[in-house]
Amino acid sequence: MTESASVPQAGLTEADRRASGQLPSLELRGINKTFGAVRALTDVDFTVYAGEVVGLVGDNGAGKSTLVKTMAGVYQPDTGEIYMQGQRVNINGPQDATRQGIETVYQDLALCDNLDVVSNMFLGREERQTLIPGILRPLKDVDMERRTLEVLRTLDVKIPSVKVPVATLSGGQRQCIAVAKTILRNPKVVLLDEPTAALGVAQTRQVLNLIKRLREQGLAVVVISHNLRDVFEVVDRVQVMRLGRKAGAFDIKTTTPEAIVAAITGAVSSGPSALSKEL
Amino acid sequence: MSNVTNEETPGPSKIASSDAAQPTATGGTGGALVEPGKRNFRELLRTDLGFLPVLITLLMVVLVFQLITKGDVLKTDNISNVIQQIVTPGIISIAAVLILLLGEIDLSLAAVAQTCGAIMAVLLIRQDFPSELAIVLAIAAGALIGFINGVLIAIVRIPSFIVTLAGSIGYAGLLLLVLAPQTTLQISDKYTTVRSLTNTFLDPVFAYGLVIIGLVLFAAAKIYTRSSRLKAGLKVPPIGRLALNIGVVAVVLLGTVIALQTNLGVPTPTVIWIGLVVFFWLILTQTSFGRHVYAVGGNAEASRRAGINVVWLRVAIFTIASTVAAFGGIMQASRGAGAASQINPTLLLNAIAAAVIGGVSLFGGRGSVWSVVLGALVIGSLENGLNLISAGQDLKNIAEGVVLVVAVAADALLRRTNAAAVR
Repeated sequence: MTESASVPQAGLTEADRRASGQLPSLELRGINKTFGAVRALTDVDFTVYAGEVVGLVGDNGAGKSTLVKTMAGVYQPDTGEIYMQGQRVNINGPQDATRQGIETVYQDLALCDNLDVVSNMFLGREERQTLIPGILRPLKDVDMERRTLEVLRTLDVKIPSVKVPVATLSGGQRQCIAVAKTILRNPKVVLLDEPTAALGVAQTRQVLNLIKRLREQGLAVVVISHNLRDVFEVVDRVQVMRLGRKAGAFDIKTTTPEAIVAAITGAVSSGPSALSKEL
Repeated sequence: MSNVTNEETPGPSKIASSDAAQPTATGGTGGALVEPGKRNFRELLRTDLGFLPVLITLLMVVLVFQLITKGDVLKTDNISNVIQQIVTPGIISIAAVLILLLGEIDLSLAAVAQTCGAIMAVLLIRQDFPSELAIVLAIAAGALIGFINGVLIAIVRIPSFIVTLAGSIGYAGLLLLVLAPQTTLQISDKYTTVRSLTNTFLDPVFAYGLVIIGLVLFAAAKIYTRSSRLKAGLKVPPIGRLALNIGVVAVVLLGTVIALQTNLGVPTPTVIWIGLVVFFWLILTQTSFGRHVYAVGGNAEASRRAGINVVWLRVAIFTIASTVAAFGGIMQASRGAGAASQINPTLLLNAIAAAVIGGVSLFGGRGSVWSVVLGALVIGSLENGLNLISAGQDLKNIAEGVVLVVAVAADALLRRTNAAAVR
C-alpha cells in the first residue's frame, strides 16, 4: 500500500532496522514546544518505521497529544527537525502533513453519522465522472462502493453493509471506518489518538486487529493509548512521555508492564537503562 | 444512482436497502452485529421508514374527506385544483428543504418570495419592463437577499434563526416600500407571459411526451446503474424489484396524466414545480455538492476536516434557497394575478411543514427533496378537504397544527430510536 522503497517487515527491533539501513518513515529530533510559560515538549526525539506500531504512553499532560499534534501539523515546534524517509521536511499545517503522507485519526472520529459508509470514506474526495467538463460531473457511486469494499476487505473490517448510515454501526465499527478512510489516501504514517477509548471488549479487539492489519500493509503506525493491555497487544515499541520529556523507550518483547508504569510515574530514573539504551 | 430506489418508491425500496447486505457481512467479530433474525425490523427502525408514514397520512386524509364529502375529493377537477394550489408553498418548500438539510432555518422565505413577486410586478407594470427581464431581475433580487443572509449566517456567524427572523420583518417592510403607495398591484391578463406560468395547461401531446421521455430516462438510468454495479461485482437487487420499481413510477405518472386529461389537462405550474423537484433531487443525490450539503448537515466539523468549504457551502445554499423562494413568489403573483403588500401568514409555515411532514429532519442531514411533493399534498388535501366541508379558519388551523406536531414528533422519536440502537 505504501510506495516506500524499503521493504517493510514486521517484528524487527529498532536496532535491526537501523542496522539493515532502513530509514524511519517519520523521525522527530530535538523537538521543543512552549505555550507561553508552559514547556510542553523538551528535547523530544521520536522515530517510527514502516511496518511498525509505536505506542505513545504517558500520564495526562505528559505531552503525548502535543507530540502527535506536532507530527500532524496542528502545532509547529519552536525548535527541532522532522524527517521523513531521511529527508528533512517542513510541516507548517495539517495540509502539509497530509501531503507528506501523515494521516491522523482523532478521538472524535470525524464521521458524518447520517451518511453511509461509502460517502464517509470518500467525503471531500468524491470520485466523479465528467459528462460536460466543468459543469456536469456526477458522482461515480459504483466505483466508490467497489473501492470501499476493497479497502474494508484488505483491512478485514466487517460491517453489515456499506450502504447503511454510520449511525447504525457500533463504536468499534465506526472507529474502523474512520481509520479505513485514511487508507484511501495511501498514507505512509497513520497517527491514532486513543483508538480504543470508550470501546467495549469485542470492539476493542476489532480495532486492535485493524491496527495489526495496518502494520501488515507496511504502514508506520503511532498509537496514543492509556490502556497498557492494548499497548502490549499490538505495539512493537513503546515510547513513554513524562512531563514533556521522553522518559524512556522500550522494545515490547523485552519489557514488562511494570517497567513501563514505572517510567510513566517516574518511579525509575528516565536515564538510559539496560532495556532502552539502544533507543 | 442507487439512491433513485430510495427516493421514488418508498415501500419496496426500503426493503431493498435492508437486505442489500454486502459480501463483507460475514458476522463473527464483535457483538455489535445485528442478529440475522431481528435484522429486518430493527434495520427498518434504525435507518428510516422512507416515505411510508407520509404516504399513510396522505391516504388517510384523502380517505376521510372522500367519505365525508361523499366522493368530491377525488373528482379530477378537485385534484387539478389541489395540485395547482400547492405549487407556491411547494416551491418555497424546496427552498426550505435545502436550508433544513444544513440544519439551519430560514424564516424569511415567504417574505422574500412575496417581496420578489412584488418587485417583478412593479418592474412589469410601472416600469414597463419586458416580462422575461422583470422575472429574471426579481429572481436576481432573491439571490442577492439570500447571499446577504448567507454571509451574515456563515461568515459573521449570527444564528440563522435571528438573521432570517430579522430578515422576515425587514423584507416585509421592503415589500410595503416596493408597492407604495398601493397595497395591491394587479397583473391583468394582458401580461400573458407572466400569467401563463400558472393559468395554462399542457398540450396533451406534450404532456404525454414529457411523461414518456421521463419514464424512459428513469428506466434507462436504473438499468444502466444495475448493469454497471454488476460489472463492478457489486450486489444488485433482483431484476423483479427493478421492474416493480419502474412499473410503480410508470403507473403513478401515467395514471395521474390520464386522469388529468379527462378534465382540463396537466397544469403548467405543477409541471414546473415537479421539474424543480427533479432538478434539486439530482443535484442533491448525484453531485458532490449535494453530498456535501448532507455531510455539513450531519457533522459540520467532520465536513470541514474532510476539506469541504463549509462557509462557502452555507452561503451558496442560502443564496439558492432565496432564489428558489423568489421564483415561488413570482408563481404566486402570477396565480393571484397581482402582488399584495400583506405577507401571507400561512405561506412560510406551510412550506416548512410540507418539508417536515415529508420526512426532512429539522436537525439537518436527513430527508429527500421529494418530501415536499408528499408533504405539500398532505397539507393541500387537508386544507382542500376542510374547505369542501366549509370548515372555518379555526378548525383549519387546528387540524394543520396537529398534523405538523405529529410529523415532528415522528421525526424526534425516530431519531431517539436511532440513538438507542447505536448505544
